[in-house]
Amino acid sequence: MTTDRAPRPALLDEALAFGGPIIVFDDVWLAFDEKVILRDVSFTLQTGHTKIFLGASGAGKSTILRLILGLLKPDRGRIFVNGEQVDGMTEDELMAVRADLGMVFQEGALFDSLTVRENVGYKLYEELYWPLDKADTRVQEVLGFIGLGEFIDRMPSELSGGQRRRVAIARAMAAKPRILLYDEPTTGLDPITALTVDEEIIKLRDFEGVSSILVTHQLRDAFFVAEHTAVRQSSNVQFDRASEQKASEAEFIMLKDGTIHFEGNAEQLRAFANRDEYVAAFLS
Amino acid sequence: MILAWPGAGADVTGRFVEWLKSALLEVQEYVFMIGKVARGLVSRPFYYRDVIEQFDAIGVGSLTVVLLTGMFTGMVLALQSGFTLDQFGARSMVGRLVGASIVKELGPVLTGLMVAGRVGSGIAAELGSMMVTDQIAALRALGTDPIRKLVVPRILAGLVMVPLLTVAASALGMVGGWLVTYSLLRVASSVYWNAVIQGLYIQDVWMGLIKPFFLGFAIVSIGCHVGLRAKGGTQGVGRATTNAVVASSVAVIAVDYLVTQVLIVLMY
Repeated sequence: MTTDRAPRPALLDEALAFGGPIIVFDDVWLAFDEKVILRDVSFTLQTGHTKIFLGASGAGKSTILRLILGLLKPDRGRIFVNGEQVDGMTEDELMAVRADLGMVFQEGALFDSLTVRENVGYKLYEELYWPLDKADTRVQEVLGFIGLGEFIDRMPSELSGGQRRRVAIARAMAAKPRILLYDEPTTGLDPITALTVDEEIIKLRDFEGVSSILVTHQLRDAFFVAEHTAVRQSSNVQFDRASEQKASEAEFIMLKDGTIHFEGNAEQLRAFANRDEYVAAFLS
Repeated sequence: MILAWPGAGADVTGRFVEWLKSALLEVQEYVFMIGKVARGLVSRPFYYRDVIEQFDAIGVGSLTVVLLTGMFTGMVLALQSGFTLDQFGARSMVGRLVGASIVKELGPVLTGLMVAGRVGSGIAAELGSMMVTDQIAALRALGTDPIRKLVVPRILAGLVMVPLLTVAASALGMVGGWLVTYSLLRVASSVYWNAVIQGLYIQDVWMGLIKPFFLGFAIVSIGCHVGLRAKGGTQGVGRATTNAVVASSVAVIAVDYLVTQVLIVLMY
């Protein structure tokens, strides 16, 4: 695939090369009225890595994604995305930051009145003003990547739940963002369809170098994404078990009552479950 | 006596304060939205295609219902006023009454009410369901300002199409009045149309043209505001739709009164 991503200053590009701090949360607090949603949340997502947020419903997982996008503002703390501090930005300033972000919403959030082609190419046609033929080519390319090329002229209502999620992934990746955020992308899907969604996430990470944050409470999917890697074999893509080094690039964060209860890789999470009731209950 | 119940007074006061706070919050959010719309009208990006689409949806889509309303209103007005004026031997004055009533008041208000029912509810339902299914959040995530993309085109369409619809409704209302006056009241066409022209002053025509701008703005902006504030799934969308129709219908009557008052002071 082509790699003409949103331009970034050379120095920033160097600073945010593989392993650089592409998303930083620094002591972030958020409350809605009396209810504290996030308290003292700090973490760093490194370029090319994956952060997987686990936690019970209402623990604040999806809120973190909305804070990154600037859809919500924190009450306290700092948030850096792509080297820019976004917590104090206006809606207009955030548009530039969002150019390098893609988000897959919980139910897909596809636009009902637009076809799959128009949904996937929305940003290219409406915001980036790509030439029509170039945008069409890109739409076909990403739909091919997720294996839904033949559904290009369908309406979202004509797709199954799994297909809608995959189209949502295609829409999020169409403008080639460096960061992808997934909000419960496999919730409500059967295990086989969920696996295809997991594989798309892995492919984007391993082939496109996308840094990603995955919010889920589906442990099976979380561990699959963390511990597998995509390998091209002639025309096929195979999903092998990741090396220890590769698996360490996917980190888990367990949220409990708005605070970070655990942070570490898959192995450390399993070990932690032996001495922590909350994590043990979650993993059981 | 509920008020004699210990703590009841404090409870009622508390609830009133809560209601007042939420009402003020709604007004504040509405004013913010209007401010953003004003900015969206004079700065880029501007979504021309959506504006054209909304002109079609709000204007052309409402034409049939507005024309039918205008025509039947003119017909019934001629019928009622004809029999009343007959008692004074003034049947030939029907045109004056129909023309002035339709152009100054009934045309704008009834068009406004019809558009509030058809368009206000549609906008609230559409934006409300986009809100509760995260499509609005998705728009923002994709770098689109929902105010510029969804609200500005609709408000522009309301500002332009409601006056045009009013002109069409008023025109057909007078034609409806003529049909009844000529066929049932047996008044000559020339007498009817002459009375219509004599009964109308240029200020009346201006009033009939200026009021729909305000009504169109009120209907569409309320529909958009209520839709964008929808929450709570499909039930929330239903609630938003009902609220939009009720609020914009009341707004049509209230704005009509206020604008009429101002115009009378300024023009007559």
